[in-house]
Amino acid sequence: MLLGLITVCCVLLITVYLVISGIPAIREIGLVNFLFGKEWASTASDPKYGILPFILTSVYGTAGAILIGVPVGFMTAVYLSKLAYPKVKSVMQFAVSLLAGIPSVVYGLVGMLVLVPGIRKIFNVPDGASLLAAIIVLAIMILPSIIKMSITALDAVPKEYEDASLALGATPIETYFKVSVPAAKSGIAAAVVLGVGRAIGEAMAVMMVAGNVPNMPDSLFQSVRFLTTAVSSEMAYSSGLQRQALFSIALVLFLFIMLINATLNFFLKREKE
Amino acid sequence: MLNKSLSKKRKGFEVLMKALMLLSVGLTVALVLFLLIYVLGQGVPNITWELLSTKPSYLTERIGILPDILNTVYIVLATLLIVLPLGVGAAIYLTEYASNNKLVGIIEYAAETLSGIPSIIYGLVGMLLFSNSMGTCLMAGALTLVIMNLPTIMRTTQESLKTVPQSYREGAFGLGAGKWRVVRTVVLPGCVDGVITGCILSVGRILGESAALLFTAGFAHAVNGIIDGLAAPGATLTVALYVYAKEQGEFGVAFAIAAILMVLTVLINFAAALVQKHFAKRRSL
Repeated sequence: MLLGLITVCCVLLITVYLVISGIPAIREIGLVNFLFGKEWASTASDPKYGILPFILTSVYGTAGAILIGVPVGFMTAVYLSKLAYPKVKSVMQFAVSLLAGIPSVVYGLVGMLVLVPGIRKIFNVPDGASLLAAIIVLAIMILPSIIKMSITALDAVPKEYEDASLALGATPIETYFKVSVPAAKSGIAAAVVLGVGRAIGEAMAVMMVAGNVPNMPDSLFQSVRFLTTAVSSEMAYSSGLQRQALFSIALVLFLFIMLINATLNFFLKREKE
Repeated sequence: MLNKSLSKKRKGFEVLMKALMLLSVGLTVALVLFLLIYVLGQGVPNITWELLSTKPSYLTERIGILPDILNTVYIVLATLLIVLPLGVGAAIYLTEYASNNKLVGIIEYAAETLSGIPSIIYGLVGMLLFSNSMGTCLMAGALTLVIMNLPTIMRTTQESLKTVPQSYREGAFGLGAGKWRVVRTVVLPGCVDGVITGCILSVGRILGESAALLFTAGFAHAVNGIIDGLAAPGATLTVALYVYAKEQGEFGVAFAIAAILMVLTVLINFAAALVQKHFAKRRSL
């Protein structure tokens, strides 16, 4: 009983700690100034603590990653669940879990040395460390969760639905996309939401490829800073109000994640029904 | 013969979807192969015995990753040692003892929430909670990882507990065994494979973790024994990779570490697949 409660305590502890350490800076800076301030200059003589650039970057970055990662992951999942030979399916599932297991710093390293110079050359920009590089890395990193969850949802579609559709003269491909996919839509939606959570919470890989300058994300080639990287990049040398502001950023990130978790649970519950 | 009778529109849909699917699968396969080949290709030539068996020295400008390897081993051991009793105990309580469904619901919801929290937040809370009281050290990192891995161990144990047939428990009760005795002699042996799966998954997660350790365990490179090591700050392999790549520009070393991590990831995945296969076989008996 006590052991079970430890988990609850952990969650409460994390929430309470984040709220307690996050509130003072927001109070001092002012909620509106903090959330909608367009400038972050924490080390300037007249420090400014506006995190709108980080919020927008995280939102754009996640949206971009979803835009690229979801179609690819979804199509792969349909193929693996419905069309692939069992052998191919098991080999591919192994490859996908490998992709999920690769540490994020390795993605960051490869991104730093392949993607960043690549973007610089192809688009002829001065620095390839940009929002675009981060979007591509994030799209790759969310791919395994999307594929895995979509396959589970698609595998659970009752065979009778498909048989009925086939018997009515639909081709297999039509059946999969017009019968199986709609039947599995809650599960696939959950996969997308899980991807959003992964993308918005990722720190290290993004830190290595996004350039880490607190700009507003006006273009794909801008060097930007995410909510997660804002916390980690200044934590080592911060103090006073600056440090408290970092905790407030973490609080904002935490709220985002809680919102995403609630959405995820909603879809998962519907899938069960 | 079927295709001939299809209208143009339906045929188009068919061809388009097939092409998109193959393209996506091809992309995924290419990605995995590229990552494996690129990282191993860049990393393996940089792995030397000297790199593996020494610690970094500014005097001779030598870089060695022995301390990072040791730190990784220590932190994995310490984390598992603490998280196993907690996670397995919680799972046993939830499936065997708990009668209050509302409480079970709350605990399970809490576990789900925990597994969705990004590691950077764990790092921050771990820093406030553990590092502030005991200093930046491996133990603080291990305790942070305990919280992170608790849901994993709990879930896998719970899943395997659910596969122990109810009739086993009833049989033991019928023979006059008490609750604790039933748990110890019938239920626990039945969930060993779940615990092992949980351990493998956790080891994988600990190996790959960096954001949560950066501020809790620090990034020193000293060679220590396990007791001293846990009390001292130290970098694990992933943190060392980050520091070498981002802060020092030592890409050769970074790739060597990346290659080692890649091989470990493959091994862990193999192990997990094997245990799962074993698991499925046993369940079907």
